[in-house]
Amino acid sequence: MAIHPQTESKIITREPVINDFAFSVATKNGSGSQTSNNVLVRSLFRMGIPVNGKNLFPSNIKGLPTWYTIRASKDGYTARKAVTEIVVAYNDATATEDVSNLPPGGVCITTDKIAKVIKQRDDISYYEIPVTKLMRQTKVPSAFRKLVENMTYVGAVAQLFDIPLELIYQVLLDNFKGREKPARMNHDIVELAYHWTAENIVKTDPYRFENMDGTRGKIMMTGNEAGALGAVFGGVNVVAWYPITPSTSFVDGVIAYRYLRQNDAKENTIAIVQAEDELAAAGIVVGAGWAGGRSLTSTSGPGISLMSEFAGLAYFAEIPAVFWNITRMGPSTGLPTRTSQGDLLFTHFLGHGDGRQICLMPGNLKEAFEFGWKSFDIAEALQTPVFVLSDLDLGMNNWLSDPFDYPDQPINRGKVLDADELQAFIDEHGKWGRYMDVDGDGIPYRTVPGTNHRFAGYFTRGTGHDEMATYSERSDDWIENMTRLRRKMDTARGLLPQPIVDADSDADIGIITFGTNDEAIREARNWLANDDIKTNYLRVKALPMAAAVTDFIDQHKSVFVIENNFDGQLTQLIRLEHPENISHVRSLALGDGLPMTPTWIYENLKLQEG
Amino acid sequence: MPPRTNHLGLSRNEYKGRPSTLCPGCGHDSISNQLISMAYELGLEQHKIIKVSGIGCSSKTPAYFLGGSHGFNALHGRMPSVVTGALLANTELECIAVSGDGDSGSIGMGQFKHVIRRNVPFIYIIENNGVYGLTKGQFSATADEGQFLKYYGTNHMPPIDLALEAVIAGATFVARSFSGDAKQVQTLLQAAVRHNGTAVLDIISPCVTFNNAETSTKSYPYGKDHEIPLHEIQILAPDYVAAKEEIEIEDYDEGDIIDVEMHDGSFLRLKKLDNDHDPRNKRMALDVLERSMREQIFSTGLIYYEEPRPTLAETEELVETPLAQLDEAQMRPSKAALDGLMRQLTI
Repeated sequence: MAIHPQTESKIITREPVINDFAFSVATKNGSGSQTSNNVLVRSLFRMGIPVNGKNLFPSNIKGLPTWYTIRASKDGYTARKAVTEIVVAYNDATATEDVSNLPPGGVCITTDKIAKVIKQRDDISYYEIPVTKLMRQTKVPSAFRKLVENMTYVGAVAQLFDIPLELIYQVLLDNFKGREKPARMNHDIVELAYHWTAENIVKTDPYRFENMDGTRGKIMMTGNEAGALGAVFGGVNVVAWYPITPSTSFVDGVIAYRYLRQNDAKENTIAIVQAEDELAAAGIVVGAGWAGGRSLTSTSGPGISLMSEFAGLAYFAEIPAVFWNITRMGPSTGLPTRTSQGDLLFTHFLGHGDGRQICLMPGNLKEAFEFGWKSFDIAEALQTPVFVLSDLDLGMNNWLSDPFDYPDQPINRGKVLDADELQAFIDEHGKWGRYMDVDGDGIPYRTVPGTNHRFAGYFTRGTGHDEMATYSERSDDWIENMTRLRRKMDTARGLLPQPIVDADSDADIGIITFGTNDEAIREARNWLANDDIKTNYLRVKALPMAAAVTDFIDQHKSVFVIENNFDGQLTQLIRLEHPENISHVRSLALGDGLPMTPTWIYENLKLQEG
Repeated sequence: MPPRTNHLGLSRNEYKGRPSTLCPGCGHDSISNQLISMAYELGLEQHKIIKVSGIGCSSKTPAYFLGGSHGFNALHGRMPSVVTGALLANTELECIAVSGDGDSGSIGMGQFKHVIRRNVPFIYIIENNGVYGLTKGQFSATADEGQFLKYYGTNHMPPIDLALEAVIAGATFVARSFSGDAKQVQTLLQAAVRHNGTAVLDIISPCVTFNNAETSTKSYPYGKDHEIPLHEIQILAPDYVAAKEEIEIEDYDEGDIIDVEMHDGSFLRLKKLDNDHDPRNKRMALDVLERSMREQIFSTGLIYYEEPRPTLAETEELVETPLAQLDEAQMRPSKAALDGLMRQLTI
């Protein structure tokens, strides 16, 4: 089936456009543009305009081209737009391409130097900022000059599209944690460019920002920060990790919020160990989970690969631990700074031999926070590793959200027996064995080291064992154990977060997805509805899948599974679990390294549906 | 007659594990026996001990001692990371960990070095026989250069000396012993239990099936003929310390005695034998190990000791309560804390 790439039609407009357009900021990596872009996004947020910022950055420290897209949407849509009306072309290496990507009626803000070398178009507005000349007028020490040069476009944008200067100063102060000196130094440049633009540029475009009331009560943060905060509220106490993009900022988040869990003497209830590699990080969290801790590691594809042996051990020996996979594009080193949903099958089946791993797939900030704490309850309730499959888009970009809800359930440590409970168990059942399934749900009772009872100790192993945890190579013991593990996974289906379903009985088309495509699908569904194409929607939040997915598939004449990986992995999983009557299930799989756009969904779904 | 019991009222039998499934005569079984004796003699509480191992013949042994303790037979070469996590989750646990020369010297070299670097406090026993047993007789990284084995011919690689690697990695307690020297193994284990840091014991433990020819430096016949203890070691428990000055120094000059104070207030008394080795001197420790390797001298005893630096848990500045035993209030900040944070983030 042919799938169109992510492009967008180019629409020209001369009517005033307020709070409903997008920017693309093209700079060189490492040039300080992160601060400039962050300031623009935060300023719009504080003007009350629903906004998102997506960093499309290279695997590089300094010099390679990098883009940042900012979308303002009065209607509250925050999915990425492939075509932006405005480009800030501050990188000579990409300027020609950046300008050619603009729609007719678009705007190019560039430097006087770059303007001389790029091919001019007659259907867009050009605004040239004399950056070198302006920088010569500043008192910025030469060591900082290159790093603050990008503030010139912030000033120009503020003037051209009506962002108040005073607001930008407040955001700069926040950005520098209240330190006036760097805020002032940056703001001086913003002001300089602002006034120069006011005096020298004649505005010929229709785009403008206006204060509105679309972000009151909302927060803005990255998914990695939200997940980390959730983990802190979930009682995490041992964190082990190895640096890898795009997961590193997750542990940075735990470090930042660790203070919330310190006692009065500033002593920690969270140990954080930077391990020598992901193998060791996995070993540390498995060891901690075995000993009764709440342990977490955060990594991405290559790290998950290294963790697979421990993941299999933890699954088979039934040890709780939480693994965040902030997915980036594979295979191999792949596109290390680009987003992907391509680890779904690998993570779900992680480990050699038979078995399934529990996966949770957050689709937004609130769910990142929720799964941050809930993953521990699930891991301990099921005595198994839990993988939270986030991605680079959610993990590293700023998202808009309602404030997070405080956990609505007390901490659940699962079936752990202390010395008295162990004695009661033995009194009731005649004996205790680590892998005895007395409740019939596949979940046994465990003891943790340090339990003061002469029968509390047992031997944990990845080798074959019977229900007493004794070494066994007997086929019947093996089959019995594997059957119980399968029973446990079936118990999980009902216990895990259930899918989000937005279904209206008279729609024939069903859309299934998971994770961060949610916003793009929401917008695309509204466009489709405007074309009288009604769709129902189901977003899977956990694996193994809930029964509701089967019902949804059965209830629709046509089902599209939309996902941001190349192979259509959720579709494959659905085919695996529902081998009958699924010829009406079609895959819309992307996997181009970029966050999905509503246009791509809209066009391809219409194309397939005919 | 009732069996002899220790101060907990337990007999030695109660410190045993399951019957060993290793080859009869395996050096590893002697070490398991010494671990049973050590725990019995010192009256250790089994529920406060964890036993962790990697994969291999040596790593099977935690099933054969201290049946009342939690044990974890983990992954090949990855015992150190599991121990690190377990001891962070519960700092009240004591850990006896068993590894082999393949487990620590090859697949697990990275974790071996890094766990020492972090100073995780546990007993790290390497049951070193120079050969892979479960896969039937390949050379390990500690095999001697020029050694001949039936199926694999001559080993052309120089050996890795794990005691040397431990000292270089920053271990504060490094010993080498011989599983055929029960008394010395016992004393070193009793000393290692008292150490508040990673205590590495590289114990030459012959493989009777694949590497026990007289010509192998990892064999029983070789060990029995060539072992040269650096000292005679004696432990003076804390209760004896008061009387320490009065303990008779038999035939030794005072200059031949080294007393090392341990974490729990006890002393290790080392009586010099035919050499000048002082384990508190790192340069001497490196020299002894380097020369032993080069000239194939089987020196045993406490090779290196220093006052331990802070353990990993101390570096982490953790609360006193073991993390695994925190209550809900310590694990979950209040609703007010979350709401306050959310208010800061909104406009």
